[in-house]
Amino acid sequence: MIPVISVDFMELNFQTLAPMIVALLGALIIICIDLANKHLDKSLYIMLTVVFLSIDIALVYGFSGAVRGFFDIMLVDGISILAQLTLLILSIAFVLLAFGKQKLQEYRYPEYFALYLFAVAGFQFMVSSDSLIMIFVGLETSSIAIYTMVAMHNRMKTIEAAIKYFTMGALATAFFTFGAMIFYAVTGTVELGKVSEILVTSDFNNYALILMGITFMLGALGFKLSLVPFHSWVPDVYEGSTAAFAGFLAVVPKIAAFVVVLRIFEIFVSAEDTYVQTALYIIAVVTMTMGNLMALSQTDIKRMLAFSSISHAGFVLCAILIGTTQATIGIFVYWILFAIANLGAFGILWINRNKNSSVNGQSPNSIHAYAGLVKKSPLLAAIMAMFMLSLAGVPPFSVFWGKLYLIGAAVNADHLSFNMYLALIMALNSAIAVYYYVKPVVYMFFKEGAEVQDEVILSNSTTMLKTLLGIFAILSIGSIFLVEPLIELISYYVQISGY
Amino acid sequence: MEHILSILIFFPALAATVGFVVDKNSIRAYALTVTAIEFVLSLVLWYGFDTQNPLMQFTEFFPLIASYGISYSVGVDGISLFLVIMTTLMTMIAVIGLSEKRDLKHLLITVLYLEMTMVAVFLVLDAIIFYTFWELSLVPMFYIVGAWGGKLRIYSTLKFFLYTFTGSLIMLVGMLYLGYVYFQTTGHWSFNLQDWYMLQLPFSMQLWLFAAFFFGFAIKVPMFPFHTWLPYAHGQAPTIGSVILAAVLLKMGTYGFIRFSLPLFPDASVHFTYPMAILALIAIVYTAMVAYAQEDMKQVIAYSSVSHMGVIILGTFALNVEGIGGSVFLMISHGIVSGALFMLVGMIYERRHTKMIKDFGGLAVSMPKFATIFAVMLMASVGLPLTIGFVGEFLSLLGFFRVSPILTVIAGLTIIFGAVYMLVMYKKSFFGPCDNPENQKLEDIKGREMVALIPLVALVIILGIYPKVILAPLDSTVSHLIETMHTKAISPATKARILELNSIGEVKK
Repeated sequence: MIPVISVDFMELNFQTLAPMIVALLGALIIICIDLANKHLDKSLYIMLTVVFLSIDIALVYGFSGAVRGFFDIMLVDGISILAQLTLLILSIAFVLLAFGKQKLQEYRYPEYFALYLFAVAGFQFMVSSDSLIMIFVGLETSSIAIYTMVAMHNRMKTIEAAIKYFTMGALATAFFTFGAMIFYAVTGTVELGKVSEILVTSDFNNYALILMGITFMLGALGFKLSLVPFHSWVPDVYEGSTAAFAGFLAVVPKIAAFVVVLRIFEIFVSAEDTYVQTALYIIAVVTMTMGNLMALSQTDIKRMLAFSSISHAGFVLCAILIGTTQATIGIFVYWILFAIANLGAFGILWINRNKNSSVNGQSPNSIHAYAGLVKKSPLLAAIMAMFMLSLAGVPPFSVFWGKLYLIGAAVNADHLSFNMYLALIMALNSAIAVYYYVKPVVYMFFKEGAEVQDEVILSNSTTMLKTLLGIFAILSIGSIFLVEPLIELISYYVQISGY
Repeated sequence: MEHILSILIFFPALAATVGFVVDKNSIRAYALTVTAIEFVLSLVLWYGFDTQNPLMQFTEFFPLIASYGISYSVGVDGISLFLVIMTTLMTMIAVIGLSEKRDLKHLLITVLYLEMTMVAVFLVLDAIIFYTFWELSLVPMFYIVGAWGGKLRIYSTLKFFLYTFTGSLIMLVGMLYLGYVYFQTTGHWSFNLQDWYMLQLPFSMQLWLFAAFFFGFAIKVPMFPFHTWLPYAHGQAPTIGSVILAAVLLKMGTYGFIRFSLPLFPDASVHFTYPMAILALIAIVYTAMVAYAQEDMKQVIAYSSVSHMGVIILGTFALNVEGIGGSVFLMISHGIVSGALFMLVGMIYERRHTKMIKDFGGLAVSMPKFATIFAVMLMASVGLPLTIGFVGEFLSLLGFFRVSPILTVIAGLTIIFGAVYMLVMYKKSFFGPCDNPENQKLEDIKGREMVALIPLVALVIILGIYPKVILAPLDSTVSHLIETMHTKAISPATKARILELNSIGEVKK
């Protein structure tokens, strides 16, 4: 006989769940509207998405309840609020990119925007729980939505991209379940807080099993974060999707994944587990370096940005390895500043999107299509150059301050024996990165242009896109004034959650 | 005079931003006015500058990233004062002498942005903001060389950019570490140089930090063996690029040594005197020989720049008032002289579209005024007494004589080598029969070109005869610098060495 459980509604702490419910309801409303009237314009759905995400933000920002909710499954601590705010704001910026002039297949389906909201809700669940099961559910919700969204873009390469992404993603999912299973087997719980407690009190008993669990987790999350050697899907998937969506993929899912990595690996990093430290060290260094080296030889700007985003992920992984409060703050500082520049760079590709799959035999994202841009449109060339230099880490543009903060965190981490090497490797990797980021600048400013450009440049631009890019350009140039408020806000949230 | 330093830094940038709306046919007059106002502003700064006061003056402070100790902090002392004046002067002269026709508007606006970064590097006292402007100055130069340069421009400009960027990143790690050390010692974050001057660092830490800063500065100077980017950059850059590169950008490196390395790491500076001096000597002798072998006039001057920068390093690491004062004076004189020489080569290139020495001969016949001015600049470059070049070179060598007479004798060869390659070049291109018909009809310099060159000739002679105008204000700042080094040094041996080096002309007790 199962005893009857009576739960008070208040005890559920409904507030922890409210933001996600808004996003999910929003998705359902969009589908319902489509059922009622099939001939509505995409601008309606874009703005509905923005509206729901805004309400979502308001609820997250105004959150003031107990940290735990729903039988301790939900955990809305400072990190969670911070990650939710970041990914929601960036999601709004990315969905606004859909205001392009060209009519694309996927924007004709309102399901696209519903899926977008599902994906965002999934990310929110991922960051707001320390139960491995809940994280898994959030991960899958978002991943499946994203696989479908990649496939909705009807191009030859898209199918390849979607299938590749899906198969690899499925493997990663399996890894995650295995990892979670092993942790459960060792500790008898799926809640990371308790896992940590039991592991520490039992002095990491069953170490071989734990290591296996860690390895599986590293594989699963490495896939989501595109760490080397789990990165092989990245360039193909980015190439297969639109610039707007590739930009989204490069930034938003990784915020959620970084939070999960932080929650899981913090247990081992703070216990100064040599195996985990070494593994993270090697993966971070290899990811940074390989991502950079592979980006060097690319001639397609979108592929180049894909490889470089691998390298940026490796850079941020260093922060998890370092594990100090400053490093945790640095994760968010870096990623927000990186997102500004990255959105700008992908936005420029997006605004110049051409319907033809090739322009004079060159892909429209090829570096050659941008040759001599400064003659045709000096302002566009200057802004793109600024975003490229920003991504390269040239001061005073946005990413530099992130790099500064993270390298600083590495230098200050004198509890690690290898911190100075790490700092130097991070610095030298920035030097490698300069070469490929400067290459488009060289083409735009120093090479003679081709005739075809007139039909390429700004062929997808609308006032909305231009305004958005303008705002991000200003944010990137003036980022020095952005850093201090950002650090203050982030360190408030990070410190209240005790990282 | 409250915010004169901020005005000096941001006025060119503001003017450049506003300048986008100026019509491209009138942009030259606009840029000229802006650079002239900037030059006048720097003279106003000199007028208000208290030469007796060795400390930072006109300081301004504004916290930017308070939680990490980064602030906008500026100040000027005797060393940076004259470098700023030289910067604004040479930018103005370069704009006057500019003969480029392609995309003039883009070029001039870039030059104005470049002026902001150059002035800021010399005035900023916060390490991170210093680094920001230091790196930012690469971008306009990258554009100038890449867009208006010669055939190999893209290769050269990338080489320049990557080389200097890489070196600076190592320096950045050093800066961040020093900031951390400050935090550990005092409990709060600061990247302000004046705060850092209070730190006393253990010897081994000084060595590492000296090495980290060395990469940033040495590549910029450029010191042997990091000099290989310079001949390419100079060879390919347009005239205005070469002028600014030689006159100002190279001085950032030597300024960095004086502003950062010496006062922050006094023990390491003493420890590394000989290695630095040997690198400088190799630069002096080796690049002088390479300069002799060049067939391109511009390359001769480019290599002579490396050679002279070696003398500046030598003077700096003499670690006495004469040496450091002399090296700062040499920075200014080299800025004026090499800037003028690059401009002269630019003028002849514009007329003949070649820089090869073998294509010339007997230019003195067809272009007497040009030949005269060239001769004056050449003599100054060689270091003829009563020209500006002599003072700095002599003082630097005099300072280093106290360290090591033998090394100084070798370094003194610079005057002979310099005379050899310069005079040979002069003989081949200006004397002899003027038998090439193309050379016979060359038009002598006039108008705008004269306006650009005459002030430089005047300065070369006036400051050569009466260098005290600059040396006197320098003296108090440099003495203060050496006192700082002396008090900050942790080992008694270093203290003794600094005292010993600074005993030129004193009566033995």
